[in-house]
Amino acid sequence: MRISSLLSTAVLSGCLSAVAFSPAAFADVKLIGSGASFPQPIYAKWFKDFSAANKGVRVDYQSKGSGAGIQDFINQVVDFAGSDAAMSDEEIGQVKSGAVLLPMTAGEIVLTYNLKGVEELKLPRAVYPAIFTGEITRWNDPKIAEANPGVDLPDEDITVVVRSDSSGTTYVFTGHLAAVDDGFKDSVGQGKSPQWPKSDKFVKAPKNDGVTATVKQTPGAIGYVEYGFAKLTKAPVAMLENQSGAFVAPGPESGAAALASAEFPSGNLPGSDVPDLRAWIYDPEGEKAYPIATFTWLIFPETQDAEKAQVARDLVEYCLTKGQQSADAMGYIPLPANVVETVREVSQKIQ
Amino acid sequence: MASNPFKNAASASTVSGPPSGGDYLADSVFRTVALTCAALIVVLILYILWEIGGLAVPAMAQHGLGFVSGTSWNVSQEEFGVLPEIWGTLYSSLLALVLGGVFGVAIAIFLTQDFIHARLAAVFRTIVELLAAIPSVVYGLWGIYVVIPLLRPGAEWLHQHLGFIPLFGTELSGPGLAPAALVLAIMILPTVAAISVDAFRRIPYKVKEAAYGMGTTRWEAILKVMLPTASSGILAALVLGFGRALGETMALAMLIGNSNQINLSLFAPANTLASLLASSFPEAGQVEVQALMYAAVVLLVITLIVNIAGLAIQQYTVRKFEGKT
Repeated sequence: MRISSLLSTAVLSGCLSAVAFSPAAFADVKLIGSGASFPQPIYAKWFKDFSAANKGVRVDYQSKGSGAGIQDFINQVVDFAGSDAAMSDEEIGQVKSGAVLLPMTAGEIVLTYNLKGVEELKLPRAVYPAIFTGEITRWNDPKIAEANPGVDLPDEDITVVVRSDSSGTTYVFTGHLAAVDDGFKDSVGQGKSPQWPKSDKFVKAPKNDGVTATVKQTPGAIGYVEYGFAKLTKAPVAMLENQSGAFVAPGPESGAAALASAEFPSGNLPGSDVPDLRAWIYDPEGEKAYPIATFTWLIFPETQDAEKAQVARDLVEYCLTKGQQSADAMGYIPLPANVVETVREVSQKIQ
Repeated sequence: MASNPFKNAASASTVSGPPSGGDYLADSVFRTVALTCAALIVVLILYILWEIGGLAVPAMAQHGLGFVSGTSWNVSQEEFGVLPEIWGTLYSSLLALVLGGVFGVAIAIFLTQDFIHARLAAVFRTIVELLAAIPSVVYGLWGIYVVIPLLRPGAEWLHQHLGFIPLFGTELSGPGLAPAALVLAIMILPTVAAISVDAFRRIPYKVKEAAYGMGTTRWEAILKVMLPTASSGILAALVLGFGRALGETMALAMLIGNSNQINLSLFAPANTLASLLASSFPEAGQVEVQALMYAAVVLLVITLIVNIAGLAIQQYTVRKFEGKT
């Protein structure tokens, strides 16, 4: 009798302490998010690992596209959203519960090409925007040949492959081209699905994988994709001339160098006391910086029920610490230490 | 008591008998269920139309008929026009229908007119129908990796030697109308073939015997007797195939090049309505969604016109060739 009561007390207290000390003190909390497809591979891994490490917590993410994610967030059908194009002031104004925008990881956009026998291709600053406005149409154009001495450039038309769907990747890419080249800014301009020149040498393919596949199958083609996709398929990528005149290949170091020049705007998001972390690196400085890089954001509501807020903060913390370590291997750029600090601070605004 | 002789018959252990109360009940229940299901289909179609139309109304009011004749799709300027897409949809579907129709009917003749053993024909038929089970994305990938490289040498030759003909006016840069139409033709092949086979099968055997009896050769019998007799079924097959081609999305989005231009050349990239919808929806803002809904309405109207036209032609041929009124 005595023994059994002792036993039950022990078991009970054991249970209690287990509940009290385990990180998963919440009863089933589920966070649902949707948005950008560009960071989907790494988000999928992070959220899966985070859910596995925390019992009773589940984080689901649906990659629908940045625009759809923001729309869902405004309509409050999701707990958080992912976006490559951050959010415009107007969109933030529509969110009733306030928005906290946190850069989570960053990626590079690369130019992949299909030229037989050309293993290294350098594209000067004046050339690659002109390819995308349709001004430079031949691979053996003197401007390309000048930058690539000793490379046997074929006498072939350039087939330009762009995205057929509206996308954050296109938004960032055209943003860079518009910043670098006035001709591009006036003719095509920045947009999620801009008006590309009407020509039978411009073809459109859906999503990152569609562009990659089309370039791979079309001799003389060039297209822009997220670095991770080019890395995964081992597609050749061009070296681009950056602001200081150096030709730089994409990669973790050159990407980190590009992020280093990012400066967050001072001040808060409109209508709230949440610091504004929307930084665009359309034309990074620095000799080693790869010219086209971008942050991608997670967006949380400023106010929500306490349990969800706690899980959201834990999730951000996890992404900033353990998550960043897997970024490199997956073709993303880990956030610089100072950015991690800033993001951690701002994440406390999720209440 | 014996007012109803059938009742007596039921009590005798014969197979036949008057329907019992249960039979009546089952009958009426079945009738009601069938009617409801049929009505639900109509209601569903009306609901879809109402929903899409409702969302499209603001765009319709704003762009009017200019939407159908406009040629640019520029979201930032809020300029929306779908003429290139309408052109691409009809052009690619027609090409696919010609290719798929010819091959589909040829397959049907081959399988039903005693060219091969009936068992072998059944095997072939199953294989053709298996084509319908392949997902659209797989067709798209197959198109990119197999069809386009296969077409390239021929397309280049045609462009170099016969480039003055508008059909071959441009080089094949990769995705374009020709590979899209070719893959589309393969996709509608099982529909056309299967329904045509059924149409040939429905012809009573006597008809063929009579034709042979009159001294026709095999080909005369096929071309002058069997084909006209089966024509209404074959037309139904072609209309269904064309409808399938009009609405096909994923494979086309991957193969057609999604370029907003009207070009007669078979090798130029083009765009279709379904592909435009699939590509633009996920990231579309409110204004663009309205325009996309308008585009969906345009696609629905095109499909409707095609179906009605198909039905009219079918009835005409029934009257003409099958002697029914």
